[in-house]
Amino acid sequence: MKNVKVLGPGCKRCDAAVQMVRDAAAQAGVEVTIEKVTDYAEIAGYGIASTPGLVVDGKVVHAGGLPKAADIARWIAA
Amino acid sequence: MSVTTLPPPSPLPWLGGTLAGLLVWAALYSQLVPFSEWAVSLLPVDPASHLGQAITFFLYDTPKVLLLLTLVVFAMGVVRSFFSPERTRALLAGRREGVGNAMAASLGIVTPFCSCSAVPLFIGFVSAGVPLGVTFSFLIAAPMVNEVALGLLFAMLGWKVALTYLVLGLGIAIVAGWVIGKLRLESWLEPWVLKIHAGTAELPDVNVTWPDRIRAGLDSVKEIVGRVWYWIVAGIAMGALIHGYAPEELLASIMGKDAWWSVPAAVIVGVPMYSNAAGIIPVVDALLGKGAALGTVLAFMMSVIALSLPEMIILRKVLSVKLIAVFVGVVASGILVVGFLFNLLFA
Repeated sequence: MKNVKVLGPGCKRCDAAVQMVRDAAAQAGVEVTIEKVTDYAEIAGYGIASTPGLVVDGKVVHAGGLPKAADIARWIAA
Repeated sequence: MSVTTLPPPSPLPWLGGTLAGLLVWAALYSQLVPFSEWAVSLLPVDPASHLGQAITFFLYDTPKVLLLLTLVVFAMGVVRSFFSPERTRALLAGRREGVGNAMAASLGIVTPFCSCSAVPLFIGFVSAGVPLGVTFSFLIAAPMVNEVALGLLFAMLGWKVALTYLVLGLGIAIVAGWVIGKLRLESWLEPWVLKIHAGTAELPDVNVTWPDRIRAGLDSVKEIVGRVWYWIVAGIAMGALIHGYAPEELLASIMGKDAWWSVPAAVIVGVPMYSNAAGIIPVVDALLGKGAALGTVLAFMMSVIALSLPEMIILRKVLSVKLIAVFVGVVASGILVVGFLFNLLFA
């Protein structure tokens, strides 16, 4: 089971990113838990400077703007 | 599970498509004057009347501005695909003030930045060792000297004005950030901000291809032009009214260069107002046509787009009220100087 954290203060793009992860997981048939991280201090703790950010199993994989669907599929696979 | 990587698709269709798009763009642009004359001739209005002039102005300017804006936003979208806030931060971390301020302001133009990211960006910069004043230089330049403002100024007022705006806007960002840095106001940050000592994330290298960059350009056109087009249309409609109806002597006496007090008045009125560059520039254009002084009008425009209440409210999460007041004060003074300078230069 993959754990995906979506880092973002709750702007439109952050919600869009959550939905993209959900879609990618459903499509790949991978079980994921999605957590939204909205606390500024916690977001900063991951060392990114732009949102939305994506953290998969504790590792930052993306920051700033919407990720590409193909990349999300790659990150949550295996 | 092994991930099979497909060979990258050929960039040729994308490059060809971009070229074809540019040709269509050029063809449309060359037809603007005939189009507006033809459209007005269809209407039962005398082209020489106030109404006729206002409509001609509107029908010519709207497609012209939208076309130029689309081109500039597309080009900037492609340029920005080479930059990211994380990379900019790495370039700025530990820089000395002075050089750091100049770099931060310049990077503010090309780094993709959205105001909803202002707080994470601020914390991300400061906690990674970017000096406070350098961070401010970035935060001042990013909204003020942006592709929409520059593209529209170029479209409506020519490259000289656009270039002067670029240089003076960067100047304000550099000097204001430098001043804030010299004041040593780190203790005026909200206390929790200082406690964060984040590392910097190692982002995996994502291979960005030319088709990706072109797509980034198209995405920013869709997003930015999609978001601001009605501001522009409204702005030009307002501009058209001013163009057709407002009496010349009145505006020249209120906003002309002989009225020195009009620059501070423009800043005072502009700071609490919030609009993006797109909505304000057509009005700017029309005001200028009626004898308002360029410095006064640009000071107004800068204070509207560089200092805004919504941004202050967002930044209040990390900055104390005192620090926000200093920020506004320093930037507003810079704008004031630029307003007077412009009025002298372009008299």
